[in-house]
Amino acid sequence: MLSGKTPVGRLPKPDLLLASTNICQTVLYWYRVLAHHFGAPLIVIDTPFVYTETSAHAVEYVQRQIEESIPIAEQAAGQRLDESKLKEVTRQSKRATELWLEVMERGRHRPAPISVFDQFTLMAPIVEMRGESFTVDFYAALLSEIDERIAEGVGAVSDEKKRVLWDNLPIWYRLKYLADLFAERGVALVASTYTNAWAELAPMIDAERPIESAARTYLHPLLNRGAGYKLATMQRMIADFQIDGAILHSDRSCKPYSMGQMDQRDRLMRDLDVPALLLEADHADPRAFAEEQVANRLHAFIEMLGV
Amino acid sequence: MGNDIRALGIDVGSTTVKVVGVDAEGSLAWHIVKPTDPRVEDQVSRLLARARAECDLSDGVPVVATGYGRGLVQQATRKVTEITCHARGIFRELGHGGTLVDIGGQDSKVIGVTAKGEVRDFAMNDKCAAGTGRFLENTAQRLRVPLDEMGGVAQNAAIRQMLADEMSADVILPRHPQLMGAYGAALINTTHS
Repeated sequence: MLSGKTPVGRLPKPDLLLASTNICQTVLYWYRVLAHHFGAPLIVIDTPFVYTETSAHAVEYVQRQIEESIPIAEQAAGQRLDESKLKEVTRQSKRATELWLEVMERGRHRPAPISVFDQFTLMAPIVEMRGESFTVDFYAALLSEIDERIAEGVGAVSDEKKRVLWDNLPIWYRLKYLADLFAERGVALVASTYTNAWAELAPMIDAERPIESAARTYLHPLLNRGAGYKLATMQRMIADFQIDGAILHSDRSCKPYSMGQMDQRDRLMRDLDVPALLLEADHADPRAFAEEQVANRLHAFIEMLGV
Repeated sequence: MGNDIRALGIDVGSTTVKVVGVDAEGSLAWHIVKPTDPRVEDQVSRLLARARAECDLSDGVPVVATGYGRGLVQQATRKVTEITCHARGIFRELGHGGTLVDIGGQDSKVIGVTAKGEVRDFAMNDKCAAGTGRFLENTAQRLRVPLDEMGGVAQNAAIRQMLADEMSADVILPRHPQLMGAYGAALINTTHS
């Protein structure tokens, strides 16, 4: 992003940076580097870990931090916060997030009309432009295109033999390689905890109480919650999406997401009798991706599924 | 020997190349083991030519390739991972499932094999080659003990003893541990798998 050698060009100079502790540990380092590089102020919102349930004071704590950051944002923007615009943005966010959830739920169909690899690229607007009206339009259009595919029986993989769940972030720099590896063998990745994490909190978003609901939403991302919640999420997805096997990407650059995966893997295999693979790699650092070793494990896993 | 070979399995490992022929009963009827040559494609062609000559193979005999170098076997009718092939070979050899420990030339694998011979689960080491075949080979060289005398991985009594002590379990050794991958590969396309 700093070099400008990206499809979307160079990162513009920010007036203000804001990050939250509810995320991969690397993000906080990235934002510190950005703050240093651009000489921009950085606000860090501390979101206490949710082991099982959120306490009222945790929500209040996060809410107060957001409220305290408003004057700083107003100063950076040179204008006051428009309460009605905030509500409108929150309303659009909720609608876009609901549509994104619907897009992924379509993966229940056989053959799945959309793969997790498609989701990894199609998720960009929900991550970067959630409150915009064109984001709502984008996902509405995507949903109708997916429904056309379902009506015509078009699958993401041309001959879907097995359906797999992906846990954790994608291996961004090898998406095509991995997509082809699975597709060539008739394996469709039909659901992922990661893309779902950008959708599942839609019901928490409340345009009438934008800041309180933001506090609640920021507390509840999958990787800010206990390992038991992720296990339950995977168990539900395995049933809902008729999953034949699960791949748990152990991601060194996202330790909060990767903690507990060994136990989660054991539980999926023991309780549900679903083959599960722990795959060592990294979402950002290609040095932690050994192609032959990854390929051998994936090929063996696919053979284990009976393909 | 001769006309009876129905399928070939070739296991191109990091340290050795193994070729196995199975007969109509699915028994291990012919084999050869050679240190892996840097020019794998040429070596595979030579070994397959030798198999053809020695076994008087008919055309159309399937060749299933496995091991890290399986992608380099252009003659292969099918390519299958050594995880699946080892499980296939050992199940046919022993007639039961269990926990299969394969310590290869440069990595180690533990494979759970069901009572029906299917792979239930597997684990592999990532980077370190300590304790693998290559390590024992180098050790033998430094001690100036012939490798056959010291015993390569599964043939090494100390490794078997260590595994048995550590796991409090009996360690079963097949007749040709080094050939189980190639044997399993050869069985893939037969009714004996």
